[in-house]
Amino acid sequence: MTQTVPTLQVENLQTQFFTKAGAVTAVNDVSFTVNRGEVLGLVGESGSGKSVTGFSILGLVDQPGRVTGGKILFKGEDLTQYTEKQYKQLRGSRISMVFQDPMMTLNPVLRIDTQMVEAIRAHENVSKAEALQRARDALGQVGIPSPEERLKSYPHQFSGGMRQRVAFAIALLNKPDLIIADEPTTALDVTIQAQILYETQKLCRETGTSLVWITHDLTVVAGLADTVCVMYAGKVVESGKVDDVLDNPKHPYTEGLIGSVPSRNKRGQPLTQIPGMTPSLFNLPKGCSFRERCQYASDACQQAPSISKCEDGRLVRCHRVEEALSHV
Amino acid sequence: MLAFTIRRLSQSVVVLFVMSIIVFAGVYAIGNPVDILINPEADIAEQEETIRRLGLDKPIWTQYGLFLANALQGDLGNSFVHNLPALDIIFQRLPATLELAFLAVGLAVVFGVPLGMLAGLKPDSVVGRVIMTGSILGFSLPTFWVGLMLIMLFSVNMGWLPASGRGETVDLFGIPVSFLTLDGLSHLFLPAFNLALFKMSLVIRLARSGTREVLLQDYIKFARAKGVSDARIIGVHVLKNIMIPVVTVLGLELGSVIAFAVVTETVFAWPGIGKLLIDSISHLDRPVVVAYLLLTVTMFIVINFVVDILYSILDPRVRLGGAN
Ligand SMILES: Nc1ncnc2c1ncn2[C@@H]1O[C@H](COP(=O)(O)OP(=O)(O)OP(=O)(O)O)[C@@H](O)[C@H]1O
Ligand SMILES: [Mg+2]
Repeated sequence: MTQTVPTLQVENLQTQFFTKAGAVTAVNDVSFTVNRGEVLGLVGESGSGKSVTGFSILGLVDQPGRVTGGKILFKGEDLTQYTEKQYKQLRGSRISMVFQDPMMTLNPVLRIDTQMVEAIRAHENVSKAEALQRARDALGQVGIPSPEERLKSYPHQFSGGMRQRVAFAIALLNKPDLIIADEPTTALDVTIQAQILYETQKLCRETGTSLVWITHDLTVVAGLADTVCVMYAGKVVESGKVDDVLDNPKHPYTEGLIGSVPSRNKRGQPLTQIPGMTPSLFNLPKGCSFRERCQYASDACQQAPSISKCEDGRLVRCHRVEEALSHV
Repeated sequence: MLAFTIRRLSQSVVVLFVMSIIVFAGVYAIGNPVDILINPEADIAEQEETIRRLGLDKPIWTQYGLFLANALQGDLGNSFVHNLPALDIIFQRLPATLELAFLAVGLAVVFGVPLGMLAGLKPDSVVGRVIMTGSILGFSLPTFWVGLMLIMLFSVNMGWLPASGRGETVDLFGIPVSFLTLDGLSHLFLPAFNLALFKMSLVIRLARSGTREVLLQDYIKFARAKGVSDARIIGVHVLKNIMIPVVTVLGLELGSVIAFAVVTETVFAWPGIGKLLIDSISHLDRPVVVAYLLLTVTMFIVINFVVDILYSILDPRVRLGGAN
């Protein structure tokens, strides 16, 4: 077999915010790979840097932040070297994004057709009629009934679930190679979430589109993703194949996350929870950031652990794993 | 839409009725026109004859009743001074004021919106700060003083623009207008700018705060994630959103622009209804003052109605008629 270039390869990505109170490293040494047609689940607690990772890939980090290190290889090309002009051509065309809150992502004063047509015509010189035809098809593709009429509607005339479908339709318009979906179903109820998950998965299979699905919900990852990347305080603490990681977590944080999912516990048993709170990025504990909440913490954890690679190809950032491996 | 119009109309009738009582009583309190109108050397019989002719001998209730009965037939009385129907005199002067007011509002939008957006896009830049300082000045300097300074600078010192009058007019649909002749435009510019300054400052502030707020919205980031150009994001996505407050506020302020024209028209001797009002007050010409005030109230009502309709066009979330 010939070696194909992965769709996205993030290497040691670092993104910092230079606030008045000092520099904050929101994304710290993050690496992962997404192959063609694959789904990567990016999980972690609120504030762990998932969204910032997504925006870093698209070159849309808000002021006062910017990417300060690492590489973002998209089909072999390093996006960190891209100019704003090159990025403009890439966004919405090769890489598109869906946001968390469907109520806020569509401009309230512009009709759906306007917002869809502009997304096509920003990248291709096609007639309005042709763009409209493509918009109509995309709406049909994501399961919006009578797309012809819906094109003429304003966002407020749609429900939340419908708006998120519209957002997905917009993301699909230019047949991108990669879609970054930032908690797109968090604001929706469970049945609609399941529908959207199912349809997205199907679309990606059919078109070979890769997907980075950001979420804090492990059950979503279990059903959708091929690989998973667990983030904590800006760092990846564990990454690997979804079945390996979920069935046999190696990092104590992943273990804690899985323990706190209701369906995985026996009935009647209390849910386990991770003690303590997510540390503020301004004063992370020295050494391992998870140390103060970890039941296995030892003296070794005063030193920041490096990444170790297990035999199943999994990457874990923990001294215990490192030790266990060195004893083999 | 129909229900909305009917409800608005009936509310307006009530407002006009209440206003007519207040205005009538107010004007009555200003002073007795007899003192000014009648030649003090005329004999008693002649004086009484005039008072009777003007209807000033009757008690105020009767006077008001007569006024109301005539007003319902579209007759607001004759001017004591010119002995012509008060409404005719006002309508004759109205085009000059409307021309001035619309140009002022136009200037306020054409300059205010881009300047405000610029200040909103670059709040910390030198340009942004200069614009905001300018708008503070526009807010706080008194209109008459700015008017006098404009005359000093552009008319007296530089001699570029004339300081008073309407200049050459041409008829447009039978109404004399200045803005179609070069001479008229040169007369129009200074007073219009003077009148526009306050509103321009208002528009700058609205546009700036609107822009800053809209830029933070997810839908702007989403538009950028779609690869839409900056020009389109600013010119369509941001502009369309900030025009909602700008149009609302300016529409509501159009009435006050016409009212404020009193000062500007006096400074620039612009022959509009503002100047007419001042002249009529000093002559105690009651019918003209009453007619002016009632007309202004009507104008406010019409403007509000139009603004509501415009608003519903600009903002698709607003539907006229309230809850349904
Ligand atoms: N505009 C900003 N200015 C300063 N710091 C920021 C900014 N945006 C994000 N950060 C920092 O980056 C950290 C990570 O934020 P991020 O939005 O990526 O979290 P997240 O994992 O997506 O969380 P959530 O699940 O709540 O969406 C935040 O805790 C914050 O400290
Ligand atoms: Mg987030």
